[in-house]
Amino acid sequence: MRAFTQHKGVVAPMDRSNVDTDMIIPKQFLKSIKRTGFGPNLFDELRYLDEGKPDQDCSQRPKNPDFVLNQPRYENASILLARSNFGCGSSREHAPWALEDFGFRAIIAPSFADIFYNNCFKNGLLPIVLPEETVEKLFQATWAEDGFELAVDLEAKTVTTPSGEAYSFEVDDFQRHCLLNGLDDIGVTLEDADHIRTYEDQRRRTAPWLFRDLSAG
Amino acid sequence: MRETTMAGKTLYDKLWDAHLVKERDDGSCLIYIDRHLLHEVTSPQAFEGLRLADRRPWRLGANLATADHNVPTTNREQGIAGIDDPVSRTQVETLDKNCDEFGIVEFGIQDRRQGIVHVIGPEQGATLPGMTIVCGDSHTSTHGAFGTLAHGIGTSEVEHVLATQCLIQKKMKNMLVRVNGQLGPGVTGKDVMLAIIGKIGTAGGTGYAIEFGGEVIRNLSMEARMTICNMSIEAGARVGMVAVDDTTIDYVRGRPFAPTGELWDQAVESWRNLHSDADAAFDKIVDLQGEDIQPQVTWGTSPEMVTGVGGEVPDPEREQDPIKRGGIERALQYMGLAPNTPISGIELDRVFIGSCTNARIEDLREAAAVVKGRKVSPRLKQAMVVPGSGVVKAQAEQEGLDRIFIDAGLEWREPGCSMCLAMNADKLGQGEHCASTSNRNFEGRQGFGGRTHLVSPAMAAAAAISGHFTDVRELMQ
Repeated sequence: MRAFTQHKGVVAPMDRSNVDTDMIIPKQFLKSIKRTGFGPNLFDELRYLDEGKPDQDCSQRPKNPDFVLNQPRYENASILLARSNFGCGSSREHAPWALEDFGFRAIIAPSFADIFYNNCFKNGLLPIVLPEETVEKLFQATWAEDGFELAVDLEAKTVTTPSGEAYSFEVDDFQRHCLLNGLDDIGVTLEDADHIRTYEDQRRRTAPWLFRDLSAG
Repeated sequence: MRETTMAGKTLYDKLWDAHLVKERDDGSCLIYIDRHLLHEVTSPQAFEGLRLADRRPWRLGANLATADHNVPTTNREQGIAGIDDPVSRTQVETLDKNCDEFGIVEFGIQDRRQGIVHVIGPEQGATLPGMTIVCGDSHTSTHGAFGTLAHGIGTSEVEHVLATQCLIQKKMKNMLVRVNGQLGPGVTGKDVMLAIIGKIGTAGGTGYAIEFGGEVIRNLSMEARMTICNMSIEAGARVGMVAVDDTTIDYVRGRPFAPTGELWDQAVESWRNLHSDADAAFDKIVDLQGEDIQPQVTWGTSPEMVTGVGGEVPDPEREQDPIKRGGIERALQYMGLAPNTPISGIELDRVFIGSCTNARIEDLREAAAVVKGRKVSPRLKQAMVVPGSGVVKAQAEQEGLDRIFIDAGLEWREPGCSMCLAMNADKLGQGEHCASTSNRNFEGRQGFGGRTHLVSPAMAAAAAISGHFTDVRELMQ
């Protein structure tokens, strides 16, 4: 996984609450057996005027000129500013894959859905929770100024505006550690393999019915 | 971490404590996973990850796989070759290959036990009280109806569970949703859950594990409890659960993978403890009164946009909060509905009875009872019934429900997720309104430009007969 330490980039405003993962990446694209290549279909139904199909060349498709990511000023955006409950619905990790593949490195919102929030950390994408009033201020600033940028520092846990205003955010220590170092958390867990075996041995004695081997029929 | 107090434990606390392998210094916890369910859409990249890192599954026998999201609901006699869409076919083939290569038991698409992953787990007794259960699917909360800790995970975590039989977790907060009193006739588990979501909102349960309790829940069948837990995620909670009682134990007894003999007795004794202690402390408690709940219909593009069948589509003018007002306006525009339209005035194009929320035998019985001896409205382009599994289908056919549906003009299909998310050929056309027993009314969910209204199986059946929403209680008289 790509590490995340600091990032500075253009902010794109996604001004609606309850953005669901069906909206982030519609179901027809989940048929892929790969982890990459979802970027062109990010927000497909909002971004294009026609119905998208898997494995299609999206460069020729009619774009919705009103959609935020189609506006030239947000073309190179790498920080998504969003409203509450971003990423609700389906657990599809294709949603963070699509956001990351498009070029986003961080998402700022007043709240995220739990599964989506967790999935972001596995993909080098940093979800940042800031208070509603702060997010509102950032929306205003983003709309007001072409090319508005924010600087995110995961080590310091801050988001800083061009004028130097810094906002602190909270993040789980373990998730931060993995993201800062680009760690494979399976590797980290396997360092505790002995603990897992000890747990299993003890549990097998007290609750043996949990260990019926389904593959044995 | 919360302060340790002398208060009793919640059901969630008990399940958490029983599965805690290790708590690290940074507060992150290693939680052991008893059962892992897999399907074709969220697993291929996880298997690929195992191969790339040269890792093997930690405990093969804990896994159960089936193909459900992509499978056609017709022409199943041809097996995988009958899947017309080559991209879907590849994904189903890939699941077969991965399960073969790693040795994971799979119910393939011609196995009579195949079905929606959240229907087959309980049906086969692969879901047992007291387990931790995960699957790369947000509706894994369904299994919480058995007093399990069950939730959806992403593909990276699918790989993590395959490789380690554990997940790295932080403990959630405890919420109790109590539904007191009694339900009126024609009011089902689906209506209860939609009413709960309407009350607490689609993010109301974010960060919480919800336990559903109260007299109404205690009196519900296992299948109705599954419907309620299934849609916990639509209230924002990854986890929903119900305490174990006789109803739970009676349902599990005799299932193919359930324990037997002495092991069964030992298990039941342990399961009897799977309830919150009387003095357990919850971070939040929500109360609803069963008598107040009417048959529910969603009018918008989020499950919280819901009202009783006697109600009306809201008027955004009356909403003070500008973000909410914008949300209502956008939803009404997408749904093609004018403010203040009576719910019964919404005309329908299609009806879908199915999904992991409502495709079990009781759901089909409930719908069949309404359509029996009646005909589907000529207004509809299609009304379809998609059983949740091959076992449900066989049971329904044995009871003659298939004949009732077919005689009334509904289509009787093969099991799968089908039009709930429209990954296969079953989908809505642009602008079409659908009465659906599924779980999400998001934009485009059931097809590009499609308009979904979430209802119970009984309400969907009533809508199929009328061609518009009708209070099912009027048809029951």
